[in-house]
Amino acid sequence: MSGYVSTRGFRLAASTWRPIGARLDRVAGGVFILPAVIVILGFSIFPLLASLYVSLSRLSFSEGGVDLKFVGFDNYAKLIAGIDHVHFLGLAGPLTPVGFLVLAGGYGLLAFGLYRYVRGDDRTAAGLVGRLLAAGVAGWLLWMVVSTVLTSGRPGTLVVTIIYVGVDVSVQFLLGLGLALLVVQQLPGRRFFRVVFLLPMMITPVGVAYLFRMLTDTDKGPLYPLWAHFGLVDVSWVTNPWGARLAVMIGDIWQWTPFIFIVLLAALETLPHELVEAAVVDGANRWQVFWRIRLPLILPAASTVVLIRLIEGFKIVDLPNVLTNGGPGTATESLTLHAYTIWRALDIGGSAAVAYLLLITVTFIGVSYVNLFRRRVTAMA
Amino acid sequence: MLMSYALLVAWAFVVLFPLYWLAVTSFKTPLDVNGGPFYIPWRDFQPNLDNWHYIFVDLGPDTFRPYLNTVVVGLTSTAITLILGAMAAYGLVRMRYQVSFGAIASFAVGVVVAVVVIVAHVPWQIGAVAGFALFLLLLNTVARRFKRGVGNDDIAFWMISQRMLPPVAVVIPIYIFFQQLELLDTWGALIIAYVASHLPIVVWLMRDYFQSIPVELEESAAIDGASPYRIFRSIVLPLSIPGLVATFLFVLVFAWNEYLIALFLTSANAQTLPLTVAAQNATRGPQWWYMSVLILIMIGPVIAMAIALERFIARGLLVGAVKG
Repeated sequence: MSGYVSTRGFRLAASTWRPIGARLDRVAGGVFILPAVIVILGFSIFPLLASLYVSLSRLSFSEGGVDLKFVGFDNYAKLIAGIDHVHFLGLAGPLTPVGFLVLAGGYGLLAFGLYRYVRGDDRTAAGLVGRLLAAGVAGWLLWMVVSTVLTSGRPGTLVVTIIYVGVDVSVQFLLGLGLALLVVQQLPGRRFFRVVFLLPMMITPVGVAYLFRMLTDTDKGPLYPLWAHFGLVDVSWVTNPWGARLAVMIGDIWQWTPFIFIVLLAALETLPHELVEAAVVDGANRWQVFWRIRLPLILPAASTVVLIRLIEGFKIVDLPNVLTNGGPGTATESLTLHAYTIWRALDIGGSAAVAYLLLITVTFIGVSYVNLFRRRVTAMA
Repeated sequence: MLMSYALLVAWAFVVLFPLYWLAVTSFKTPLDVNGGPFYIPWRDFQPNLDNWHYIFVDLGPDTFRPYLNTVVVGLTSTAITLILGAMAAYGLVRMRYQVSFGAIASFAVGVVVAVVVIVAHVPWQIGAVAGFALFLLLLNTVARRFKRGVGNDDIAFWMISQRMLPPVAVVIPIYIFFQQLELLDTWGALIIAYVASHLPIVVWLMRDYFQSIPVELEESAAIDGASPYRIFRSIVLPLSIPGLVATFLFVLVFAWNEYLIALFLTSANAQTLPLTVAAQNATRGPQWWYMSVLILIMIGPVIAMAIALERFIARGLLVGAVKG
């Protein structure tokens, strides 16, 4: 670690009097980070606590205003085991052979990962507990997805959101990486493509949602000839759960591929190009240059942008809201839209509970991602 | 080479076609939009400027005021976020922090006391001051006994975790927060909200760029007697221009387009453009033609900014520095 200023705790100020400049240098660590910490803390702590309290209470209307009645974990129990669990978690169907295979494969992988860790050299008690917990929750989530999607059941908002995030972030990453690699070449006209590829990100998400509603209209939209050709004009995609989900995912991919594209492009641009040239001189082909040199060097930036997209992706709301209004039924409803709809129905406590369950899910996935993947590709986590 | 161009053009088409559709829709009458897909102006339909006239002249002030608000709030909040975020990111990359568990516990106790006091109907200002005083007291007494604590990585993760809660859960508390500060429907409220909520993204993106700067440069400057501030300003920032530019663009885009917080914190005065776009979904259904105009005038300035800044995301900046 190359820190030339070390800071311990909050004891930043030197107690002995020194010239102003030297004192300022001594507290540099605090000066750099404290403004950001204070702004984030000052702005987040009250909303965080207030909505936690709201999630533990029920809103009722009384004379001259509203009353918040403390109900403990009722709102959570309702979502996980009570009347709303079909909405939140989904309806499990009997396991099909395909589902069984997927489940067995997934559990096999989890067990293999644990086995390798236990047999490895750098195992710790905390690491083992963390991994067991991660494997347990991952196994439960996998079971939720398989038993509601690959069967006759139907997925709840939690599963739908996980599908959105899984598909969207993977496709966005592959597309963004491919485009960044194409644009980083010294081709004439690449500046034009760089700016054009950024465009979808610049439209307000509500606007993108309405734009896609226009585009996906089977009757008046620009794709009408296509629908007509396949005789699908009367068969609205909105009535098909997977058609509707696909439309939502395409919209999200269209809008957010640029984000990954530009971060990876900036990372590729800052690579010293002697490295690539030297490898080419040594006879490496383009494939080897990518796998051995470029990819390892951009992995830190890539893992950051994937984490940010994971976190933001879980909050998807505008597209399903405007495009399908969550329908058919609740087939395209994301967790945030779920929170939003019951919020509009004045179930403020239930809405906050959904939001907190989302927070727990994302925290869990984020911590697992950082510890299991990101720490391996970058010096800092 | 040909293959590359084919792929680039293909994706450019995917990106541009929806925007082309927005552009032609903005010149259509409602009849043209509802009459079925018309693609090419003058051949399929007669373009006219009615919608543009409506947005710019009939709505006039109702368009320009949100526009001004969006520009001011977007640029101000982005600039502040970038400065604070880059500083914090640099600290997290090059310095070692340790916040002891004692300090965290003291803070938690302070918060609990403040909450209890406020719930007991004492004015919140007194509660906040009491909690803060207790925090400082504990920090300087009990907290000193704790040696272990959390480090840089934990601080960074704590920051990004602030973005995990969906806005819908926190809009009411945020509303009350700014109501108490008497900042509702002002630029200040939006700027504070956007700075706080976008800081984690800046910190995370800039950490990676700072990390990729060869530390030897900073070390030799430190040996020559440069202060950390000077090293940051004269060496680190100029070398991370590509990252700064990319991050600036994102945060600007996020602030420019944010919808839900703006919906709650503003009404007539400080309303921003995303609200104007959403307002075109009237009782008669979405007014596609007005919406198209608004979306187009909204992305105009951001595109101009992207074109102006694009050249900074250029290769080779670092290489020159290391050699020289």
